[in-house]
Amino acid sequence: MEKIEIKNFNLWYTDFHALKNINMKVKEKQITAMIGPSGCGKSTLLRALNRINDTIEGVRTEGEINIGGKNIYADGIDVDSLRRNVGMVFQRPNPFPISVYNNVAFGLQVNRIESKKSVIDQTVRESLEAVLLWDDIKDKLKKSALELSLEQQQRLCIARVIAVKPQVILLDEPCSTLDPVANQRIEELMMQLKEKYTIVIVTHNMHQAARISDETAFMLLGDLIEFDKTDKIFTNPSQKQTDDYVSGRFG
Amino acid sequence: MIKLNPKLSQKLSYVLLFCATCLVIVPVTVIIFIIVKNGASAITWEFLTSMPKDGMRGGGILPAILGTLSIVVCAISIALPIGVCAAIYLNEYAKDNLLTRIIKLAIVNLAGVPSVVYGLFGLGIFVMLLKLGVSIIAGALTLAIMELPVIITTARGALNSVPYSFREVSLSLGVSRWQTIQYIVLPNALPGILTGAILSIARISGETAPILFTAAAFYVPHLPRSVFDQVMALPYHLYIISTQIPGMPKNIIYGTALVLLMLVLSMSLVAIIARLYFRKHRKW
Repeated sequence: MEKIEIKNFNLWYTDFHALKNINMKVKEKQITAMIGPSGCGKSTLLRALNRINDTIEGVRTEGEINIGGKNIYADGIDVDSLRRNVGMVFQRPNPFPISVYNNVAFGLQVNRIESKKSVIDQTVRESLEAVLLWDDIKDKLKKSALELSLEQQQRLCIARVIAVKPQVILLDEPCSTLDPVANQRIEELMMQLKEKYTIVIVTHNMHQAARISDETAFMLLGDLIEFDKTDKIFTNPSQKQTDDYVSGRFG
Repeated sequence: MIKLNPKLSQKLSYVLLFCATCLVIVPVTVIIFIIVKNGASAITWEFLTSMPKDGMRGGGILPAILGTLSIVVCAISIALPIGVCAAIYLNEYAKDNLLTRIIKLAIVNLAGVPSVVYGLFGLGIFVMLLKLGVSIIAGALTLAIMELPVIITTARGALNSVPYSFREVSLSLGVSRWQTIQYIVLPNALPGILTGAILSIARISGETAPILFTAAAFYVPHLPRSVFDQVMALPYHLYIISTQIPGMPKNIIYGTALVLLMLVLSMSLVAIIARLYFRKHRKW
């Protein structure tokens, strides 16, 4: 089942053509990785999926991105509810400088999705359990989120996304500031999360893409060069540029 | 140009820079010393809490203290909300276009207008055109306009110092732009905004020219009763008793100056303490 379908999608930053006619289909409940050298457009494409690029001045798009069958760039789309449906985890762990509990509850409370304390408590607990953080910090819920370790902070950020019950989770190099052990544990977490969520991850780390993703997209200078099963991309790519990149000849 | 050896020139420039810095302390110390020395004897409970007597040569300065406080409170309650709203618009919503640039230019220029011009402007607009008369409200409006650019600028600085990632995360959770401002940006910018506001209060409490034609009276035999009252104000009162009244006891003049100075300094001190407190508890 396709969850996301990108059709003839183009994006410009003022005059710079950052994404050139991208076509790809992301399958439901699996991990899709996007790789490529810096500036190839992979983060831009990821950020187009929840329209967070809209906040940057001078961004212009053409084409369609359908998520769950609806074009998110169509007129009259409620961007706020789109973003609740398509959550995002950023490169640096970025919890708000408030308590752990309030971080997770933030989306629910502010969006007034839920106002019953018992329901919010339950959601906070479930979200923290889903990222395997509950047992570690159940006694620290009232503490500032900034007192947690970096890895815990990044898990908390994932929990904060899960709390608003998205269907898709976008991750923009979520491990790049973490140590190797934390990195591995976050990868394990992603493998568990894909049972419930459609996951798209941008990564610099090709080994990471090879380890965790089901399909991989290779991008270069705003073009989608190749998109296929991860095994194929890393063992027998059909494009020479992909082969050069994954074998480390450039990038 | 004489060539000195590097060691000597290093020493010389150090001494020069150090002396220049010390020079800043001198006037402050001298001013405070002279005022305290001559005025401390006038400061009594009665001086702070009673009406002037004997053509202001005796008694207290209560109406002037209350007058200044009421003008300042009114002015800041007008300027702060408007200034913060403008700062939010400029920092969070405004696109970089011609209109925005004109607004920014206007703010910079507004800050450069001499205070006596504000006074005359207030006289023309608030006192005469809007028929508010010489009153607390007319003076407060004049001071508010004068203080707007400072408040907008400090509030923008405070908003701008809230990390962009906070906004991005909040938006990415499906929180609307206004709610993001309301729940994330403003709470984190509040310390900076408040510090700016307190410094503004300190500054306008000492202003004379803007209230000269708009609010201040030579003598009012009662305490301020409504915002449409003319009032005595500390800076103007000080001017009057130093220049207009013959046989004025010196210690009352200096005592009045001391009260004004203390009022302004204590507010700056509050701002400094607040800033230190918030810096220590800054969470990112």
